[in-house]
Amino acid sequence: MPLPDWKTTRRGFLGGGAGAAALTAMAVPLHAQSPEPEPLENYAPEYFTAEEWQFVMSATALLIPSGPTPGAIEARVPVFIDLQLASGFGSADDWYMAGPHIADADPLLGWQSPLTPAEIYREGIAAVNAWCEQTHEAPFADLLPQTQQEVMTALSEDEVPLPPELRGLFDLLLQNTKEGFFADPKYGGNHRMAGWTHIGFPGARASFLEWVDKHNVPYPLGPVAISGERG
Amino acid sequence: MARTEPKKDVVIVGLGWTGSIMGIEMAKQGLEVLALERGADRYTVPDFRYPDVIDELKYGVRFGFMQKPRNSTVTIRRTLQETALPYRQLGSFLPGDGVGGAGIHWNGHNWRAMENEFILRSYVEDNFGADIIPEDMTIQDWGVTYAELEPHFDRFEYMLGLSGQAGNVNGQIIEGGNPFEAPRSRDFPLPPLKQTYDATLFADAARAMGYHPFPRPAANASGVWTNEYGMQLGPCNYCGFCERYGCLNYSKASPQTCILDALRRMPNFSYRTNSEVLRVDLAEDRQTATGVTYWDEEAQEEVFQPADIVMLCAYSLHNVHLMLLSGIGEPYNPATGEGVTGKNYAYQMNGGTTLFFKDKLFNPFIGAGANGMSMDDFAINQIDFAAEGFIGGSYITAGVTNGQPIRGIGLPSGTASWGEEWKTAITEWYGHSMSIGSHGSNMAYRDCYLDLDPTYTDRHGRPLMRMTFNWKPNDIRMTQFMRSKIEPIAESMNPDTWQSSYKGEGAQYDVRPYQTTHNVGGAIMGDDPNTSVVNRYLQAWGQHNLFSLGAAAFPQNIQYNPTGVVGALAYWAADAITRDYLPNPRPLV
Ligand SMILES: Cc1cc2nc3c(=O)[nH]c(=O)nc-3n(C[C@H](O)[C@H](O)[C@H](O)COP(=O)(O)OP(=O)(O)OC[C@H]3O[C@@H](n4cnc5c(N)ncnc54)[C@H](O)[C@@H]3O)c2cc1C
Ligand code: SF4
Repeated sequence: MPLPDWKTTRRGFLGGGAGAAALTAMAVPLHAQSPEPEPLENYAPEYFTAEEWQFVMSATALLIPSGPTPGAIEARVPVFIDLQLASGFGSADDWYMAGPHIADADPLLGWQSPLTPAEIYREGIAAVNAWCEQTHEAPFADLLPQTQQEVMTALSEDEVPLPPELRGLFDLLLQNTKEGFFADPKYGGNHRMAGWTHIGFPGARASFLEWVDKHNVPYPLGPVAISGERG
Repeated sequence: MARTEPKKDVVIVGLGWTGSIMGIEMAKQGLEVLALERGADRYTVPDFRYPDVIDELKYGVRFGFMQKPRNSTVTIRRTLQETALPYRQLGSFLPGDGVGGAGIHWNGHNWRAMENEFILRSYVEDNFGADIIPEDMTIQDWGVTYAELEPHFDRFEYMLGLSGQAGNVNGQIIEGGNPFEAPRSRDFPLPPLKQTYDATLFADAARAMGYHPFPRPAANASGVWTNEYGMQLGPCNYCGFCERYGCLNYSKASPQTCILDALRRMPNFSYRTNSEVLRVDLAEDRQTATGVTYWDEEAQEEVFQPADIVMLCAYSLHNVHLMLLSGIGEPYNPATGEGVTGKNYAYQMNGGTTLFFKDKLFNPFIGAGANGMSMDDFAINQIDFAAEGFIGGSYITAGVTNGQPIRGIGLPSGTASWGEEWKTAITEWYGHSMSIGSHGSNMAYRDCYLDLDPTYTDRHGRPLMRMTFNWKPNDIRMTQFMRSKIEPIAESMNPDTWQSSYKGEGAQYDVRPYQTTHNVGGAIMGDDPNTSVVNRYLQAWGQHNLFSLGAAAFPQNIQYNPTGVVGALAYWAADAITRDYLPNPRPLV
């Protein structure tokens, strides 16, 4: 799949190497903001199929809704999740994945599914969409907002029937959505540091010697990203 | 066929905190010392450099500096009847990996234990009677006393450049320090860190109730410091990215900032990375170790490294795993209580109360790893075990160390975890909550132990180690007692709302949420070869040229974070080896 142009340029900018990043962080950056990427509608996912992409767009929009302040969509959370699943996280590179797998073990014993995160999304989205077709005659993304809300609530309360190896779907989706809202923008989400600005987290400033004993006083500076971009 | 390397005087397994201390202390004796480290090499620059290290996703959430379960993990079960399953993804504890070990990404809460913790069984029996010890509780004395360790605590703390305030110097109680602490021979090397707002509010409230708060002892330098090896630290900038990260500022005490540059300059010291030790090799009569066999990742082959002395410094869990794989000590059997290797695995019993204040702003992203205020009014030496119905104690503490948002934003219980309600709540409450925690002891039990798993293997085909562990009523009573002391402090601070989280009756060990990387026991020290793996000098009872460093030696867990004691024991062992063992190698007891 050919990459749309903006991706190549954005990659180039972010991949400019640690040296470039360090320079921009220390000197006053020429551009306080990176160039605006292509709109989400034109994004060509690296991992998701078109159907999965629609699901992830609608699901993350419910988990962190848009409103007076940016939500998951404006923060480009779906892009973050797509890129994570295409990376070592998606393929569980760091995890112990050897069998035997007892997928229906007591949840307190942790991840026991034989599936990787990328596989959980693939099979899980298909299962949820099939259930939506069965109960509401349309895939999740095509349901009315109120119905989507009900399905998401059911999913979060384990009321959508899923086989044990997929039971981690909702927690994984919610975790990755929050990651995409709050991780450094270099991972594709938290666009314009929307998540950090929303709560007042200053990002990668990491130097507060003069501030630690100013108690109960608002911190005056906005967030900065690893690239040196300022919010 | 394994390659064989030229013999060394000392081979050290693992180059984290204990490996670095033993490395430099042995090299100073003129010995040829080689350290084998399974992970990568690490330097402050480039590995912990600003701004790249300020990456919550990579290091805080995906555990960039920690052990990868794919390469090394354990299986876990809660009872003898349950089938243990692999700890596939990191959660409850986060062992280190690479040069510096977990010493690069700790918080730096660096404590001494109480005098009575080293003689716990005798203390209980003498003061309250043996009959208050539950039948399945297997607590023991350590075989070493606080008084013997004091000079070594002192040395470790001066090597770290510890920031804090003494409360007891040679028996003299000092205002503002911890009046209940065991006597120290002198004050801290550096004054306490500055305090954040939450810690100050907690300390004021505790003082008003007649308690004795004091600054948490912090291995984050409050000023400039030069240690005995000529290594230099600069003042901490409260960056808010301490635990789980390497220090960007040369302020957190770590093998890198305190030892390694000095050690690398010594011509008789060398180290190899990407070299995972697979087993300790024993002589035919099994009375001595002949060296170790490791996996050379680059050459993709096994290597035999002969040595006169073998030192296991691989972190508690890996030391025990290597011993079980190498047939060192008789494996512990929970059915009979016989055998020693793997016995008395213990953890840490923590709990806490979170307070929410609409009108107070805590700026949680400002914090060092270990700033904060603590109190020891309910420490293990302040409690009448017979009257309270449990054995143990806690320190109680407050002090924010980071406000990293992925790792969680405290919200009043009942708040939705997603959607509009969550999104509004996080703006309302981020920076408006603080916690008061209880950090408590965990006793040892007959059925909490480590052995080899019958089913799961690692990438080298070796059995994984199996952890059998659960929470026990004694320790749950302890933490509930702490709750009854913390909640009134919280209420006296008039928060808008507050909530508690302490283990309750029937609590089961949950491997998912992070708790602590304070895994102790399994290769415990003591004065009897029938009940311990190593003697009081951390020397294996069965092989006098084999030493096991680290928290595996703890017969049960103390109420504090372990590294202060781990460091003191390392200097204590190094001293015994230097003075007594090297001139005449033999069992020291
Ligand atoms: C997130 C976190 C926070 C912590 N905070 C605190 C705190 O605030 N206070 C406190 O007291 N303690 C804290 N600790 C614990 C502290 O880090 C440890 O007590 C300390 O590092 C133990 O020293 P060690 O030498 O035993 O192990 P480490 O320092 O971890 O070193 C062990 C080394 O051995 C290597 N190794 C393992 N197996 C092998 C093998 N087979 N072959 C070769 N090499 C091997 C590892 O890769 C590692 O580098 C924390 C730990 C973590 C993870
Ligand atoms: S809080 Fe201080 S000691 Fe910890 S990493 Fe930041 S600068 Fe270093």
